[in-house]
Amino acid sequence: MSQTVTDFLLAVEGLTVSFDGFKAVDDLSLYIDPNEIRVIIGPNGAGKTTVLDLICGRTKASAGSIKFRGTELTTMKEHQIVRAGVGRKFQNPSIYEDLTVLENLEISFPRGRSVFGALGFRRDAEVRDRIEEVAAMIFLSDFLNMQAEYLSHGQKQWLEIGMLLIQDPALLMLDEPVAGMSVSERKKTAELLHRIIQHRSVLVIEHDMGFVADIAHKVTVLHQGRVISEGSMAAVQADPRVVEVYLGH
Amino acid sequence: MSKIVMNSNAFMTRKDVVCFGVLAVLLLAVFPTVLDPFRLNLFGKYITYGFVALGLVLCWGDTGILSLGQGVFFGLGGYCMAMYLKLEASTVEATKIQSTPGIPDFMDWNQLTELPYIWKPFHHLGFAIVAIPLVPVVLALVIGFAMFKRRVGGTYFAIITQALASILTILIIGQQGYTGGVNGITDLRTLDGWDIRTDGAKLILYFGSAILLLASMVLAQFIRRSKLGRILVAMRDKEDRVRFSGYDVASFKIFVFCFAAALAGIGGAMFTLQVGFMSPSLVGIVPSIEMVIYCAVGGRTSIFGAIYGTLLVNYARTTFSEDLPQVWLFAMGALFIAVVMVFPDGLAGIYRRYVDPHVERLLGVTRKPAGQITTSDTASAVVE
Repeated sequence: MSQTVTDFLLAVEGLTVSFDGFKAVDDLSLYIDPNEIRVIIGPNGAGKTTVLDLICGRTKASAGSIKFRGTELTTMKEHQIVRAGVGRKFQNPSIYEDLTVLENLEISFPRGRSVFGALGFRRDAEVRDRIEEVAAMIFLSDFLNMQAEYLSHGQKQWLEIGMLLIQDPALLMLDEPVAGMSVSERKKTAELLHRIIQHRSVLVIEHDMGFVADIAHKVTVLHQGRVISEGSMAAVQADPRVVEVYLGH
Repeated sequence: MSKIVMNSNAFMTRKDVVCFGVLAVLLLAVFPTVLDPFRLNLFGKYITYGFVALGLVLCWGDTGILSLGQGVFFGLGGYCMAMYLKLEASTVEATKIQSTPGIPDFMDWNQLTELPYIWKPFHHLGFAIVAIPLVPVVLALVIGFAMFKRRVGGTYFAIITQALASILTILIIGQQGYTGGVNGITDLRTLDGWDIRTDGAKLILYFGSAILLLASMVLAQFIRRSKLGRILVAMRDKEDRVRFSGYDVASFKIFVFCFAAALAGIGGAMFTLQVGFMSPSLVGIVPSIEMVIYCAVGGRTSIFGAIYGTLLVNYARTTFSEDLPQVWLFAMGALFIAVVMVFPDGLAGIYRRYVDPHVERLLGVTRKPAGQITTSDTASAVVE
């Protein structure tokens, strides 16, 4: 039996965006199953980050559709997409540097998101337990009271991952999660990602091929805004087109 | 391992209580004792600008929305109060020499023969009291929706609010028969039968303004210490991250802009009561910018700093204007340049850096990690 669009967690079809005539993403289709871990690879400028921007609503699509659990995302606002269950980690750590680790996690806790909800928000037992749980997971239990500005680069990356995790998204999108990390940080991050990608779908952009081979269920190769190859890591690595535009270099 | 505590009692630390106490003693005991009635009335006027500065702390200091049109909201609140007072002063008895008795004098001079519809509800004090914060809030809501939903911000927003101040001034001056024109609304006498021109009344109005300001500060403190307050600061620094944490950024901006507008409106009404008139010269571009300067001099991220800054700049203004009127404008300009270039956090920044450590030692408060000095107003509710 063939799958229909509604069986996928995320179904991207015919997605196109052009900036002043330049098509950064060109008629792209992508289907992600529940609990699937998908890695997008491709040379610089292939449109990888733009695809994530389109899914999370940061960039508006020129044409095409993005369906998440059967709901069209292209017409929704960023915060609505987040509330629908899509979490996004940016390439550079995007955290609140003036606030403590604890406050960073608290702001990300999915409750009291309206103006008056935020005014009446209280740090009750449920919030505390969840923050402590997530902090332990991202190795920052001892840093809860530290201002985020003073964390190391790797710790900032972990904090941002924690801020996503506390929202418990059904689809987690990570843009180069191990970039700029030391060897030991990278190892710990890979461990962390292995744990948090359970029971949810994950869409990762990554250049580190060892890391990709380690986590990917399926790999999608982008080049000039189009999908040029898709399949298992081994199949993609054997594809002559991929070798030519990306892996061969 | 760190332990997290509840933040239910975190909205006022021991230090905040001391700060509030000092300000309350100053406003409610020291000033009324040492100042003569004339000076005290002037300070009462300064306090009304404090409401605007307080709103700017949340709107500009915390959230990063610079409004150069707070005079508009101050004016709207002030005019709402003035309209009520004017109607009360324009009894048939008091205006029997006019060709149409019972309407405000300036309407009669402009050949109006009937009270305009927008004036009629202002016969009721209750309506005026509701309108004082509500009219500014409604206007702020409309502007906020139009701007923030379209993600207009920064300089563009500042320019638009400045244009608004200009528009309101032109409108008031142009519609002389409805607004009193360039002279404003003058000759205000009583509030629900109570003469506001006597020294005794002015003393009571001074205390009323001071207490209302302190209450507004407590409310502002409550907002700043809630999660809402932390989101405002987070939006200023990383708007996109807030958006991708599931918050509708625009609605938070609209809220804080409306809150600042309501405070400015209340300040305007208290101004009208104490000064006895309201005119377009108090609501235009220049006063709007001066209000921003009060806040900047005091420190835009500190509610106490903003109030002290307002009182100090206004006191200096009065003193200079009396002795060296031609120097004042230059002094004001120099002050603003100095604030921007030398001490961007204003008086509050100087206080935090040089005085606060000694005060904390005196109070026996343990020092926070060095990095938290800049955000001590949004200090975390966490203990080791």
